[in-house]
Amino acid sequence: MTEKYGAENIIVLVGAAEAESAGLAAETVTNGDPTFAGSLAGVQLGLRVYHAVEPEFKEAVDEDVYEEQIGMMEMVLDVDEIISEMSSIREQFCKY
Amino acid sequence: MSYAVIKGAGYALIHTPDMIIHNGTTQTTERSTNPDSEYLKELKKHIRTYEEALKYPPNQVYIGNMTPNDLSTYEMPWYDKEADIKERFGKLGEIMPQDEFITLMKLVDVFDLVKLENNFMQDVKKKLLDHPLFKEDAEKLKEGETIEEIEKFIQSQHAEAIYNEGKLVGCVKRAHDLDHNLTSHILFENLVVKASGVLAFKHLIDKNNIPIEDIDYVIECSEEACGDMNQRGGGNFAKAIAECSGASNATGSDTRGFCAAPTHALILAASLVKAGTYENVVIVAGGATAKLGMNGKDHVKKGLPILEDVVGAFAILVSKNDGIHPILRTDLVGRHTVGTGSSPQAVITSLVTAPLDKGNLKITDIDKYSVEMQNPDITKPAGAGDVPEANYKMIGALGVKRKELDRKDLLSFVKKHGMVGWAPTQGHIPSGVPYIGFAKEDLTNGELNKVMIVGKGSLFLGRMTNLFDGVSIVIERNNGKVENDSQQVSEEKIKSFIAEAMKDFASHLLKE
Repeated sequence: MTEKYGAENIIVLVGAAEAESAGLAAETVTNGDPTFAGSLAGVQLGLRVYHAVEPEFKEAVDEDVYEEQIGMMEMVLDVDEIISEMSSIREQFCKY
Repeated sequence: MSYAVIKGAGYALIHTPDMIIHNGTTQTTERSTNPDSEYLKELKKHIRTYEEALKYPPNQVYIGNMTPNDLSTYEMPWYDKEADIKERFGKLGEIMPQDEFITLMKLVDVFDLVKLENNFMQDVKKKLLDHPLFKEDAEKLKEGETIEEIEKFIQSQHAEAIYNEGKLVGCVKRAHDLDHNLTSHILFENLVVKASGVLAFKHLIDKNNIPIEDIDYVIECSEEACGDMNQRGGGNFAKAIAECSGASNATGSDTRGFCAAPTHALILAASLVKAGTYENVVIVAGGATAKLGMNGKDHVKKGLPILEDVVGAFAILVSKNDGIHPILRTDLVGRHTVGTGSSPQAVITSLVTAPLDKGNLKITDIDKYSVEMQNPDITKPAGAGDVPEANYKMIGALGVKRKELDRKDLLSFVKKHGMVGWAPTQGHIPSGVPYIGFAKEDLTNGELNKVMIVGKGSLFLGRMTNLFDGVSIVIERNNGKVENDSQQVSEEKIKSFIAEAMKDFASHLLKE
């Protein structure tokens, strides 16, 4: 997909329930698969990546739809931990 | 019509150490892809003894010797704690050792596919003669085979080996030389379902003083399929289990729906009874050897014992209203439909708040929610988190969104309306139903008035749909009023006829 559309045109949205697994997914699409298992092992795409509960995403979408689809999970998940994990990955590895 | 009631429940665990190694798919896959792996070498050191499985607190909860509330007083992790009660038999069932279970597989096998080594069988026969539920069956065991004969079946006829304490003690033969659906592997798994289902069924009957001849219908709701090459899932585990349990007046059928099947079966049973089609319906499910040691790699890596070392089974009796036992509110049922969508919020809304809305109930009106009661001792080290707790948080959060709960009370909601998980990760086994035995008590002699059973299933695993599934039902304390349908309705009707006639007569007089 990055070859077809250009890495700068792609945003990855993750919805993992825990900061650690969200971070793993984010690292995979930025610095490459940290487990060196899949097709992205050693491939540094540096894509922009956000979690669905992060403010960047929340502000970009319709408020009512967000409330209807994600409002409940926003209450359940450890949002602060997820934001800190995701920001840290972006700061280190994001190229765009 | 009167609602159906939960009349009783029976539960069984079978400690199966050798089946973890030889029949759990995590281990069999590893053996075929990486036979010299560190995991396979380490595995044996991590397998618990039968005595250790008896002492494991969640197992004692499963058979009713401890309550979920008792379990919550034990600090996690639980694998290094000992239960106060370490009994084989409990109020709701038993934890059977592997050797007796292997022989039980022989007892329920009507096609002479299970072959056991004679010395092994005679030793275990003595034990089964002392078993409160299998004395008569055990008397029927005759001569076993020589070990040479069993080796021959395995080597030349593709029989599935059966081990006990690391030693070959028997095998399950294939039932056809070409049919892929009658291989020894499939028959082994199906006989495990049947034998464990019979064990739970017998406990249900025994623990609740139910005349076995009163059972009209049986619904089996595990996750295996039996049939031959022309009808892979033809069935019918239900009738096969009913036959071996002595339910001679019953027929039955199998209901499938992955882990959601037990709750589907519960709703079906309640509806059949409420409709008056049958008076006593048993829902029953045997367990799965394939899932033994499913998360074993994570457990071994973290230095824990293999915690998925038991096969689970349960049986529940749904009967017509007796004015005593808790009623199944078939009008308060939740469904995840084709159009529901997959976001957690849509799922919880369809399963939890939709049925509550039908009854004008709030989230906090349900005293206990029984969701997927997976034991977090097993799932947390495997990276899957605490499944029941995550579900309770979602239910609570929906309550906050509906303004039925204050956000600061979210954690106390989880504690008050939830439970810690105690069921083994056998797919359908933890799904809502492990609580029903306790619910029967809590809603009769206990303090609770309403509980909800929620079952969910991952349909996408079968590759026929991307969808997920779930159903739920409210169970309520019986108010003691039993509508005698034919009589009471007709009496009421007569009264209304008379009233109508009097009114007519009066208006007639007035006109005059």
